Amino acid sequence: MSDATAAPTESETESVLDRIDLYRVGLYVSLLALVVLYMIPIQSGLVTSIKTSPTGVSETLPYLPPPPEFFTLEKWQTAFDALSRGLVNSALYAVPATVISAFFGSIAAYGLTQATWKDRYKAPVLALFVAGIFIPYQAVLVPLSQFWANIVPLTDLLGFVWAMGVDDDYAGTVEMIVTHVAYGIPICTILFRSYYKNMSVEMIESARLDGASMRAVYRRIVLPLSTPMFAVVLIYQFTQIWNDLLFALILISTESSPAAPVVLILAGLGLSLEGQDFPLRMAGAFIAALPTLAVYVMFGEEFAEGVAT
Amino acid sequence: MRTIFRAIRRRVNGTEKPDDGRTRNSDRRTRNSDGTRARTDGGVVSEDDRGPPDPGVLGRTRDRINGRFGSDFAESTPFWLPPFLLMGLFVYGAILWNVVISLTDFEGFGQPDYSDLDFEMYVRAFQDSGVITAGANTLILTVAFTLSTLAVGLLLAILIDRGIRFENTFRTIYLLPMSLSFVVTAQFWLWIYNFNNGIANILLGVVNLGPFDFIGNRALVLWAVVFALMWQFSGYAMVVYLAGLRAIPTEHYEAAKVDGASTLKMYWRVIVPQLKGATISATVVLMVFALKAFDFLYSLVSGYRPPNGADILATKMVREAYANLNWAYASAIAILLFLLALVIIGPYLVYQYREGNL
Repeated sequence: MSDATAAPTESETESVLDRIDLYRVGLYVSLLALVVLYMIPIQSGLVTSIKTSPTGVSETLPYLPPPPEFFTLEKWQTAFDALSRGLVNSALYAVPATVISAFFGSIAAYGLTQATWKDRYKAPVLALFVAGIFIPYQAVLVPLSQFWANIVPLTDLLGFVWAMGVDDDYAGTVEMIVTHVAYGIPICTILFRSYYKNMSVEMIESARLDGASMRAVYRRIVLPLSTPMFAVVLIYQFTQIWNDLLFALILISTESSPAAPVVLILAGLGLSLEGQDFPLRMAGAFIAALPTLAVYVMFGEEFAEGVAT
Repeated sequence: MRTIFRAIRRRVNGTEKPDDGRTRNSDRRTRNSDGTRARTDGGVVSEDDRGPPDPGVLGRTRDRINGRFGSDFAESTPFWLPPFLLMGLFVYGAILWNVVISLTDFEGFGQPDYSDLDFEMYVRAFQDSGVITAGANTLILTVAFTLSTLAVGLLLAILIDRGIRFENTFRTIYLLPMSLSFVVTAQFWLWIYNFNNGIANILLGVVNLGPFDFIGNRALVLWAVVFALMWQFSGYAMVVYLAGLRAIPTEHYEAAKVDGASTLKMYWRVIVPQLKGATISATVVLMVFALKAFDFLYSLVSGYRPPNGADILATKMVREAYANLNWAYASAIAILLFLLALVIIGPYLVYQYREGNL
């Protein structure tokens, strides 16, 4: 693919040198400059998180690691103590909501692609799914609070759960699951649809001709073949749900709640009376981002595919 | 509905037993050559044969529905209808309800009073200078963010598409900010934009500029936010453009080369015009992201009131509702925001329909 990999025999070395032109050099220089631009906020956050505050922060350059006298891991400890319950709470709704919305998306997409019914009726249904992705959530917030407060008051309805000693703030967690599932369905459906549309219809058609029902085809053919797309959708949805602040703010509301997710606690972290504690904020930001960062590093390809569709 | 389910279960049970012997991935040929099995498979066939003589009222209804909507309509409803209803209730049901609430005078605690509906809140919104400013900021943010992100994304995509080494590594790095929460990136950028120790001011100090109070200065803050959001989402635009670039046949590049076009000219004249589809879908997604930039602005200040000069409709709406408890007024602002989004989504849906993607 590239010139620099050529075997180092005499004549070839020469030709390699000839071919390394200014153009390629410029290309790699710009790519690396952009890497610096993209990484500097993260890098500076990382080195700042291990500095003492306020002296370490003000005495050192923000993008350089601290010298030993300003080095401390105390901020990570403090941030972890503050955020650890939030990590658990976030996972409590992010994982179920991700799995359920992916499953719903898969069956909805299946019913809309592999089943034959008239496009005239299919198109409006699909349009409603697509438009559902782009709705500004502000347009549903007030009804959403009304819905969970007055129509389905889980705090009352799940009384038997709270009787078992669970804090009734966790009603908010259940609300988060249902809400995220409902608003995640459109994007999951569209992601799966683009995959099912390109699936080989031959196998499915022959199965249908053999008399297999739609359910049997889904269970035996479509679902097993969907594994790669499930990876994409699960990763995308998990990142979205974990990262979302708005619904957490509306449904769980305070960071002091026992059910507060990590984003909610982080949003208020480091705002102490003696000014903003940046090392603590940075450490907190990394702890809150760790799950999604880990997922991204492990499944970058799937993530890219998810956002590109 | 229940009979539909029952009918399906009946058919599934009929097929299940012969199905068990089959391997999942057996292709069409083996299945067709497997003649005997296909014939004993007749459980279903006989079931269907038994059907026509006495389909029953519900069977007839189902046939009529299928005749109208398509052969699989009734059988496919258990798949798409439940997710559709759940989504429809929370998205479209909620929007309709929001419209109704916006017509009431609902505020404070308690429940809305639906007996007296009028457009008072909309009149109030159009007379509120806060809403006008927020609307203007929303437009500036949306347009500036979308254009800059598309431009940077296209640049990244072209650079990466030049047959470089470590292509995946570069792509992973550029896309990485996209995997972070707004809450997280807001912390990073607060630090970058810090007046005393931030990198932005140190860099500008090198060329004898500043220091600037990026967050506190109302003339700068919106652009600082645009830059931060651009940093976070240009990786997304890059991925979309990259997919578009990869779909262009290599002959087009070669033809341009043969014609003696310079690289720059080739991209501008030949390649970029072919990225129309990628540009349209990326634009829609980015514009809608910008309308929702609430999370970022909230996290910058850890509160409902964003920095002076950076108030957008999304933050204004949430503040009116959850800080001031002006529910009806907030609903009216939300509807204005929704209409803005609709201006973008509507033409996009029409475009998708014309392209045959719906």
